[in-house]
Amino acid sequence: MSYEEIILDHWRHPRNKGRLPHPDAAAVEANPLCGDVVRIELGIKDQTIQNIRFEGEGCAISLASASLLTELVQGKPVPEATRMADEELLSALGGVVRTRLTCALLPLRALRKALGSGAPGA
Amino acid sequence: MDARVRDDFPILRRTVHGKPLVYLDSAATSMKPTAVIEAEARFYRESYANVRRGVYELAAEATDCYEGARAAVASLIGASPEEIVFTRGTTEALNLAAWALGETVIEQEDEILVTEMEHHANLLPWQETARRRGAHLRAVAVTPAGELDRDDLRRKLSPQTKVVTLVHVSNALGTVNPVAEIAAEAHQVGAIVVADAAQSVPHMPVDVRELGADLVAFSGHKMLGPTGIGVLWGRREILKNLPPLLVGGEMVREVWLDRATWDDPPARFEGGTPPIAQAVGLGTAVAYLQKIGLDQVRRHGEELTALALDGLLRRSHVTVYGPKDPTTRGALVSFSLAGIHPHDVATLLDQEGIAIRGGHHCAQPLHRKLGIPASCRVSFHVYNTIDEVGLFLEALDGVWKALG
Repeated sequence: MSYEEIILDHWRHPRNKGRLPHPDAAAVEANPLCGDVVRIELGIKDQTIQNIRFEGEGCAISLASASLLTELVQGKPVPEATRMADEELLSALGGVVRTRLTCALLPLRALRKALGSGAPGA
Repeated sequence: MDARVRDDFPILRRTVHGKPLVYLDSAATSMKPTAVIEAEARFYRESYANVRRGVYELAAEATDCYEGARAAVASLIGASPEEIVFTRGTTEALNLAAWALGETVIEQEDEILVTEMEHHANLLPWQETARRRGAHLRAVAVTPAGELDRDDLRRKLSPQTKVVTLVHVSNALGTVNPVAEIAAEAHQVGAIVVADAAQSVPHMPVDVRELGADLVAFSGHKMLGPTGIGVLWGRREILKNLPPLLVGGEMVREVWLDRATWDDPPARFEGGTPPIAQAVGLGTAVAYLQKIGLDQVRRHGEELTALALDGLLRRSHVTVYGPKDPTTRGALVSFSLAGIHPHDVATLLDQEGIAIRGGHHCAQPLHRKLGIPASCRVSFHVYNTIDEVGLFLEALDGVWKALG
């Protein structure tokens, strides 16, 4: 009885956690149903994600997913990060049970919102 | 509880993720005994027609079945059949109560008193009514022990209070509220008292006269009956002055192009073709519960709740919400594991075939008050066993080992 090792690892040892001093873009997404909140901040230079940080509160799946997502998109061109499919994140997480897809995809929603806004969001 | 009771529930023979199903979410909805499933099917096979209007034999037979269910529900709660309004469930029953009282007794600047431990179903309808009528919604505080603050209630009761509405047994805390005492206080200022009995009627003997409320709502699907059927009980003298929420067929006496006169209760409140087969199923569920005996249902719930409470309280990483005495709570326990989100607890237990609730249980203001985003909840009914409580506690230790 447990989660995939990659989820436990990112949950226990989150990567890129924190805030950027001067983010070029940022967004917060929440799942009111369970209280999960994830904030994504981006440092963008030459249409490339140079820096990324996340902060969040919530379940192991949403927080592990946020941590893993920061690793997946760091250094990627903005258009590529914008096009990132749900399945790519889910498979990187080693698969997520269908009842928890909203938790797993919350950080990706925040990333898309941040990239769409182009400016520090709420 | 007779061990054979469990055999009456066919779904409990299935497995989930290769493990026998341990269903601990009856506060959300209860499983159905074969008797209820068969009663609905038999009604469709043998006696089905629309009710009330037909002059042919089959229609009369269907009407007898439908009205028989009403009589069964009435007998369960010490009421008269004409005081039993069938609705779609507790939510519709409370919407009907809030709307109809809004039309008749709640004026601008009046007050509606709710509590901080209400399910959203007994909060949102009153928010809407207050907004529509220009009235004020006030909430009785919940104490840290998970009980209603009776002093706060007394402070907030005034001649302006037209309605006091409260949950009988909290779906999130398990607290059994002293509805009769509170109703007596509310009646002294002339308020009408509404009780959400969704978590009490399915689990313990409830006599509406002793309960003291004027309107009482509950659902069929939490008491071993079908979905899509619920009840609003109302005192005759209250119901007769309330307008219908749904107007249309089957609830009228005379209709002109520009106006209509309504039928008497309960038909007045049952516009359209009602959930006939569901009512028949509910009637059978009532008979099933009465055969076991509501005292016995209550004792069994108390026994399992005591075991779960004891096991949870022994674990230092577990926080239990609500009263700690099983005799003063419903057949459910809400809790959380330090540093672990309730959804993670629920997902890992699901891997073991154990179904529990993780979330805010449709009581967001209460969770805000408790200072937590969500909680875990186990809840029981007649088919749950002592062994299942043991399996749950054992698996919970597995969750703690994996994520703690």
